[in-house]
Amino acid sequence: MELTGAQILMECLKLEGVTTIFGFPGGAVIDIYHELPNYPFKHVLVRHEQGAIHAADGYARATGQVGVCLVTSGPGATNTVTGIATAYMDSIPVVILTGQVPTPLIGNDAFQEVDIVGITRPCTKHNTLVKDIHKLAYTIKQAFYLARSGRPGPVLVDLPKDIMQAKAKFIYPDDISMRSYNPHCDPHPKQISRVAKLIQKAQRPVIYSGGGVISADAHEELVTLAHRRHIPVTSTLMGLGAFPGNDPLWLGMLGMHGTYAANMAVNNADLVLAIGARFDDRVTGKVSTFAPKATLVHIDIDPTSIQKNVSVHVPIVADCKSALTALNEALKGTAKDVDYPAIRKDWLDQISVWNEAQPLKYKPSSKTVKPQFVVEKIYELTKGEAIITTEVGQNQMWAAQFYKFHRPKSFLSSGGLGTMGYGFPAAIGAQMAFPDRLVIDIAGDGSIQMNIQELATAVCQKLPVKIIILNNGYLGMVRQWQELFYDRCYSETCMEAQPDFVKLAEAYGAVGFRITKPKDVEPVLKKAFAINNTVIVDVRVEREENVYPMVPAGASLADMLLV
Amino acid sequence: MHRHILSVTVENEPGVLSRVAGLFSGRGFNIESLNVAPTLEPDVSHMTITTIGDDAIIEQIVKQLRKLITVIKVVDLTEHKAVQREMALMKVLAEDRNRAEILRIVDIFRCKVVDVGHGDLTLEAIGDFGKIQALINLLTRFGIKEIARTGTVALKRAMQD
Ligand SMILES: Cc1ncc(C[n+]2csc(CCOP(=O)(O)OP(=O)(O)O)c2C)c(N)n1
Ligand SMILES: [Mg+2]
Repeated sequence: MELTGAQILMECLKLEGVTTIFGFPGGAVIDIYHELPNYPFKHVLVRHEQGAIHAADGYARATGQVGVCLVTSGPGATNTVTGIATAYMDSIPVVILTGQVPTPLIGNDAFQEVDIVGITRPCTKHNTLVKDIHKLAYTIKQAFYLARSGRPGPVLVDLPKDIMQAKAKFIYPDDISMRSYNPHCDPHPKQISRVAKLIQKAQRPVIYSGGGVISADAHEELVTLAHRRHIPVTSTLMGLGAFPGNDPLWLGMLGMHGTYAANMAVNNADLVLAIGARFDDRVTGKVSTFAPKATLVHIDIDPTSIQKNVSVHVPIVADCKSALTALNEALKGTAKDVDYPAIRKDWLDQISVWNEAQPLKYKPSSKTVKPQFVVEKIYELTKGEAIITTEVGQNQMWAAQFYKFHRPKSFLSSGGLGTMGYGFPAAIGAQMAFPDRLVIDIAGDGSIQMNIQELATAVCQKLPVKIIILNNGYLGMVRQWQELFYDRCYSETCMEAQPDFVKLAEAYGAVGFRITKPKDVEPVLKKAFAINNTVIVDVRVEREENVYPMVPAGASLADMLLV
Repeated sequence: MHRHILSVTVENEPGVLSRVAGLFSGRGFNIESLNVAPTLEPDVSHMTITTIGDDAIIEQIVKQLRKLITVIKVVDLTEHKAVQREMALMKVLAEDRNRAEILRIVDIFRCKVVDVGHGDLTLEAIGDFGKIQALINLLTRFGIKEIARTGTVALKRAMQD
């Protein structure tokens, strides 16, 4: 029996285990939408395609599975570009299905035609225009395979309308094998034993873990390594949650807004184990002074990440899980010969001294609400078990600093691209995957307005997402830079005219609260978390609060501005 | 900074050239020459790319190329013994008083005269990058009106000691 292209697509998605699709219809995908009701997918109709791609991304980050986004040609496709780049920078598996004009019209500047494959070439892991219905099933299967294997990433498939209408026999390939793509997985045994030796000898080791540990599901192996060998752990923004934020060996995040202890530890370490991280400039500060006393070990699945920004002594190209498993295996039994607690004692004592001297802190106030206080309260009330998404700016950094993540895949934030407007749609994606978990977007008043239209989506889907706006009336992070480095000239960062967020919530059928006093923070948050509806809490916070510590861009990690 | 010749085998698919070229421009690598041609396998194409960079840059270029899904194989021929050739067609101003000397150079460099006009000669030269460069240097003083070069193609030598 022959199926139409649209039916073949649906069959493929079913076989890939897709349950949820985030999308928005249009002329070029009308055939696909026509088939949709015949299949058991949950479709989330967004209000802007950027919402669809971020939601698919949030779904993927929260579950570890491939997120799926379906949009029409032309403007539908271009509206997803920011979200595709966001997913690409953070290595998130998403499959983007875009409609395209019929093949005979391609290249003719047809209505709603855009070369989306050309546009997204540099921000997808791979992309393909399907020109032959007989290649459709293979291309879809390949897209999912590429998105989730190796270093994950977004894959786009462009689907011309006539291909969706054409008919062919549906044959789904059993598996994909490509001569040009073999994601290398297992670590080189010699390199692993070198690292094992380094760990046994090191007096001042630090683990610097990144998003790769989370995407490889290697958090348990990470905890085992740190606990058994008494190694303190810091992580990038992307790595938060892989190591429990309430563990005594946890140093906090490192880098530009990292903790004093984490940055000092890296600065004084004799061994740095970089695992699934990529030495981003926000992490290293001035590269030439990064970890100046350390032997650097770098485990990453992507060879291009290794020796790119920093030259390392022991490179290991491998999946983080298999590398950590091999490393734990290689270290088995070494506790007989190496007294780990003893050789690390001075180092861990030193770290405690740093921690006590400069913990994360802020000046509490009984008059104005401190944004850090709000995040602390959110942490207390949710016991570190909520899924937290963030927007971008100060709100994001305070969330990263003051919420202690107890488990992986519970902090969803645009790290590499820093996309304002990410957090709310990502929360929608996460809530679709986990209807019973508390999903909270820690937002800024600027960022939330970039995808505020998704309130309609959340309300319509009955998603109890909580948006906590740390409302400082500023594009706060930019204002902070202007204050510190640009003579306090607040050029275009003051958001004077704002909507009434409470009324706005109500207008959409959600619930709105406003907090202006510190004493209201806890009771109102409690109330908000208990409501089974989308809620906005507009928290009027101290307007010119800054994020500290801060390593100015281009400075060494040791040169932190402290509170 | 050295000149490297990269031999890149790719799937013969639409867009593959743009992926490779986009990688160079997007990451600020430079392409000195780029040659693309079919191979004996219909679905495989071969590119020869010459580029300039220090070791770290070349390492990144090679890794980034390998990371492209449609790239099958990348070899840095600079690390091997390789035969390299390039062809250049040059239209050289040849006034009567210079003609003899130009022909002498043609002889020494084992080029061919492939077209003759009233005041010019079109030469075909084949050789490695250095030879073509030397020839251009010599002919410049007569005046080169037009030039078309293929860019380097190269193959690993059979004997690699
Ligand atoms: C789409 C986009 N545009 C611009 C920026 C630059 N930017 C970074 S942080 C920031 C301020 C964000 O303001 P707000 O959401 O209110 O957060 P706050 O820093 O005040 O917590 C801006 C404009 C960005 N990251 N993303
Ligand atoms: Mg703000």
